[in-house]
Amino acid sequence: MSYIKDSIAHLIGNKIPRPSKQQQSAEVQAIYASKRGKLSKADVEAVRHAHKGTFLSKWQKRRWATLILVNMLFVASFYFDVQLVEGALTGARVMGFHFADLNAALQVALAYKHIVLNLVIGIVTVFLMWLLLGGRTFCSWVCPYHLLSEWAEYLHLWLVKKRLIKNHTFNRKVRIVFYVVFALLALVTGYTVFETISPTGILSRALIYGPGLALVWVGLLLLFEIVYSRRAWCRYVCPIGVTYGMVGLLSPVRVKYNAEACHHEGDCRKVCLVPHVLELTIRSGARDVNQDISSDCTRCGMCVDVCPTDSLTYEVKGLSKMLK
Amino acid sequence: MSDNKQPVKRNKRPLTPKRKEQSRREFLRSSVLAVGMVGASMLGYVPVLQGTSLRLRPPGALKTPDDEQQFYASCIKCGQCVQVCPVEAIKLADLLDGFGIGVPYIDAREQACDFSCDGLQCVLACPTGALTHELDYPADTRMGFARLARPKACLAMQGKGFKGQARGADYKGLLRYEEIDRWNPILVSEHPYDLEICDLCVRQCPIEIRINQCEAAESEKTEQPVARVAQQMGNACPPKHAITLEPVESEDGVMRMKPVVQEGCVGCGVCEMICPVESAAIVVDLDVTADTVKES
Repeated sequence: MSYIKDSIAHLIGNKIPRPSKQQQSAEVQAIYASKRGKLSKADVEAVRHAHKGTFLSKWQKRRWATLILVNMLFVASFYFDVQLVEGALTGARVMGFHFADLNAALQVALAYKHIVLNLVIGIVTVFLMWLLLGGRTFCSWVCPYHLLSEWAEYLHLWLVKKRLIKNHTFNRKVRIVFYVVFALLALVTGYTVFETISPTGILSRALIYGPGLALVWVGLLLLFEIVYSRRAWCRYVCPIGVTYGMVGLLSPVRVKYNAEACHHEGDCRKVCLVPHVLELTIRSGARDVNQDISSDCTRCGMCVDVCPTDSLTYEVKGLSKMLK
Repeated sequence: MSDNKQPVKRNKRPLTPKRKEQSRREFLRSSVLAVGMVGASMLGYVPVLQGTSLRLRPPGALKTPDDEQQFYASCIKCGQCVQVCPVEAIKLADLLDGFGIGVPYIDAREQACDFSCDGLQCVLACPTGALTHELDYPADTRMGFARLARPKACLAMQGKGFKGQARGADYKGLLRYEEIDRWNPILVSEHPYDLEICDLCVRQCPIEIRINQCEAAESEKTEQPVARVAQQMGNACPPKHAITLEPVESEDGVMRMKPVVQEGCVGCGVCEMICPVESAAIVVDLDVTADTVKES
């Protein structure tokens, strides 16, 4: 229950307060107490050094490969007319089975105020798929904008390091405001307003059906992220992330945090798209020795890769237990 | 566990003036972001209100001649209709169409819908009902309505014939010529004509072609069991003519042939596509359909 509560708090942009001692289990308190005064900077450097990864880390490689493969399947399927994956990311037929992007389907349903059976089938299929795979997994493993945004992020971080620009944060609550506003706009105007500016749809269509003027808009978004605010679209705007975050509430695929070996040095939060989900890794931030990262997490695995103490790992709830 | 050391709750600590200023600025920035993004998306209303996003839509599009709201609303912008079209007539609209972005349309002059898929494949492919499943045959379609916009440019009206490639050698448009290939459309440029009087708009009209086939089948009246395709074609016999070539007296008193658009026109745009004059003498109007023409 607390997982769902935490996840909803993160999805609507609330901060989860640091747990009080009463909220913490005795075990985790003992762990925190045993670390007091024992973690030095030299220790962190030592474990970091031992952990040193390659330029593209393990999960990042797998993720980029998956993302490119999925999008190329759409492209190749149309280009060679093999009808394997027809359509685009907003709506598709995979070997004849209907798939509908949940947020696009929501926009259509609200604007059109009517849902045909094929769309219901598409919604249920995709809902079940992401329920099994983690919800916001869509964002980091499939969404083409995510990949471009990741590259833009490297540029942004380099510019920040060079002190040429400064990062500007927004209030995270603004994302849920966007979610409600775009839902209401679809309902009231009768147009799928969000689709007009959705870089996910624009990019997917551009890849499959050829580029257009709409790519200028995507370029502007990337530019905004590079020079003004790190990962602004995914962090503060995109309603697709909220939709899939809600699917992830009940998903067994999560990232698990184990407080035992953690140095609390915060490397994970530095690479994370949604660092608020990792606030429990701050010392005394966890309620229990093992705690799952909330469903606003995109399961991208950057923290899993970067963590020098392997305190963050992928888990499949239920399955991990069965495998033990 | 003793709670003596428990500090005052962090969020209860009063904010420093600097922190206060930071959060005030963040709030302002966030408000500007919200207004900016929603504003940007609402710019999509402009082409819709101006009517510049009105276009020829694929068969079965959920719209009235002057209101495409239902079509934009129900379309999930996936392009599955694009993928199934054998003549690649369907394209997806770009950013300048505002809310119509990603919605399918047809540029008839470049490539019209000639119904060479036989079964309205785009309608069958549509996952959301934006192309309604309520129509069964090409003749049920209401895309627009053809009009002889420039009668003086019309070759038939000038008493002229036509010889050669209808749209020149470089034209990439496709049409299905059943007498050449029943199943696959070919390049129009690979099918030159030699006509005493230009009747391309009538000759290539998919509705007229089907009526001719039906009449031929009717006149043959074979005793043999009818093949399934032929049977379907029988069912699909268009009830009304779409376009005919009729003799009229022109201004100089000479009898000339004139293409006359009839009640059965569905607005597919093939006449506009095939018309050899630049720019086309016959065009498809979007603000009328066979139904509204009947009423007025």
